[in-house]
Amino acid sequence: MDLRVENLSHSYSNLEVLRDLNLTIPHGEIVCVIGPSGCGKSTLLRLLGGLEKPTEGRILQLGEAPSGSLNPLTYVFQDFALLPWRTVEGNISLVLEPHGLSSEEKERRIADVLDRTRLSDFRKAVPKQLSGGMKQRVAIARALAVNPAVLLMDEPLSALDSQTRELLMDDLSGLWQREPFTSCYITHNLNEAVRLGHKVVVLSRRPGIIREIVEIDIPLAEREVSNPKLAALQQQLWEMMRDEAQTADMELAAG
Amino acid sequence: MSDTTPMAGQIPAASAPAGGAGKPVTFRGGGFSPKPRKLVGLLVFVVLIALWELGSRAGVISSLVLPAPSEAFGAFMDLANSGNLWRHVSASLQRLVIGFACGVSLGLIFGTAAGLSSVARAAITPLVSAIFPIPKIALLPLFIIWFGIGEGSKVATILFGCFFPMVIATYSAIDNVDRTLIRMGQSFSLSRAQIIWKIVLPAALPGILSGTRIAASISIILLVAAEMIGAEYGIGAYVLLAGNLMATDQLIAGVAILSLLGLAVNWLISRLENHFLGWRN
Repeated sequence: MDLRVENLSHSYSNLEVLRDLNLTIPHGEIVCVIGPSGCGKSTLLRLLGGLEKPTEGRILQLGEAPSGSLNPLTYVFQDFALLPWRTVEGNISLVLEPHGLSSEEKERRIADVLDRTRLSDFRKAVPKQLSGGMKQRVAIARALAVNPAVLLMDEPLSALDSQTRELLMDDLSGLWQREPFTSCYITHNLNEAVRLGHKVVVLSRRPGIIREIVEIDIPLAEREVSNPKLAALQQQLWEMMRDEAQTADMELAAG
Repeated sequence: MSDTTPMAGQIPAASAPAGGAGKPVTFRGGGFSPKPRKLVGLLVFVVLIALWELGSRAGVISSLVLPAPSEAFGAFMDLANSGNLWRHVSASLQRLVIGFACGVSLGLIFGTAAGLSSVARAAITPLVSAIFPIPKIALLPLFIIWFGIGEGSKVATILFGCFFPMVIATYSAIDNVDRTLIRMGQSFSLSRAQIIWKIVLPAALPGILSGTRIAASISIILLVAAEMIGAEYGIGAYVLLAGNLMATDQLIAGVAILSLLGLAVNWLISRLENHFLGWRN
């Protein structure tokens, strides 16, 4: 299933946040959206998943969601959003409960996603016992459990320290290589964008418009940290964003 | 300024070679983290009661002013042997349990409504603010007219006393529920009922339980107050009678029973907290 954004604009009362966006998130690709802080990246994601209504324009789902998809548009949040009183298993089962699955089917899905995210040994742990990286793995497992058509990831690695971030990037890349998923991945981290994105959408500062869409045709498997092409790409993206980021920063400072 | 001289003096000291006459860094951290010391609390009780007993025996404390703990214990044993202890306690417990349970349940229902719906909140909160500060004891005569001099008015007093703090605790607890958890529920297409039942209420439970604790204390206070007006049996009635007869030993025994009742209720709520909020530790 593709997700298409058509002439999308959004404002909060008088504050224009996004202006006239046109974008397609094609099936089986990760589209990264980067931009300076306050450019409306997260708003775009909330609009994509229907947590907010756009002021203008529309968002279309093209094609059918895969069979067995319980929640076609599924989020992974920056701050994990795990229920602290439920175990790892319980947090995943929470999102399966509304669908009236048989207990075998539920168990099959839970075991499958725990295995894919290498969490099987932590089934009975509660979030408080887990590190930040593990919590985000649980959140990713939970998102995968409903077999989403599009994964909407809102700065999923931003709350983690840089080493954990590296590990999780490898995990996400591995997950995609084993079983490609479609995703819109919001980040302010250019390294994440060039490591994971098939397409990188660069937004300008507020009101956010698309400045550029950069296609990266290096397969995910070949994107090691040391790859010089990636470093060059990252540099190129940074050149593009630098002035915008600086101006956005000054704007915030001026209040 | 005296800037230069001490600085000049410090530099050679700071650069003295290792192994020289160094000064150890003085420790100035620590503290400010009270740890549980169970025995201390018990010890305070024991020491106070022992002092009190000694004072009474030595004649420092007149038995008219304050009877010795042993006398109060004697009065308690008399009460127990006469078989009236259970009659008083069961009458009180019955009122307490019915009034508290109804008040807390109704408070939960109204508090949840106020926490979730704008209309319910607009309707309920001004009413709560207006009625909560009224001492329910002042309303007791009215309750007697409405619900009769029997159990009705006593239960109603406790019910009203519990209801308002419960409403406030519940809707403030719901206000403080992490909205990202609710958004998460919505993003996975959980129904409204499921979000309330599986996310909002469990997340609000710590606040709700501390509200229950307050409601429990209020209900014991109101229980005694209500029993002091026209009750044949009940701990409050027993204390009142003892007071009227100037039987201070019985009065102390009655007050001690109330204190024990309060401790028991508190312990029960702590058990509930440990059971339901174990995930916090």
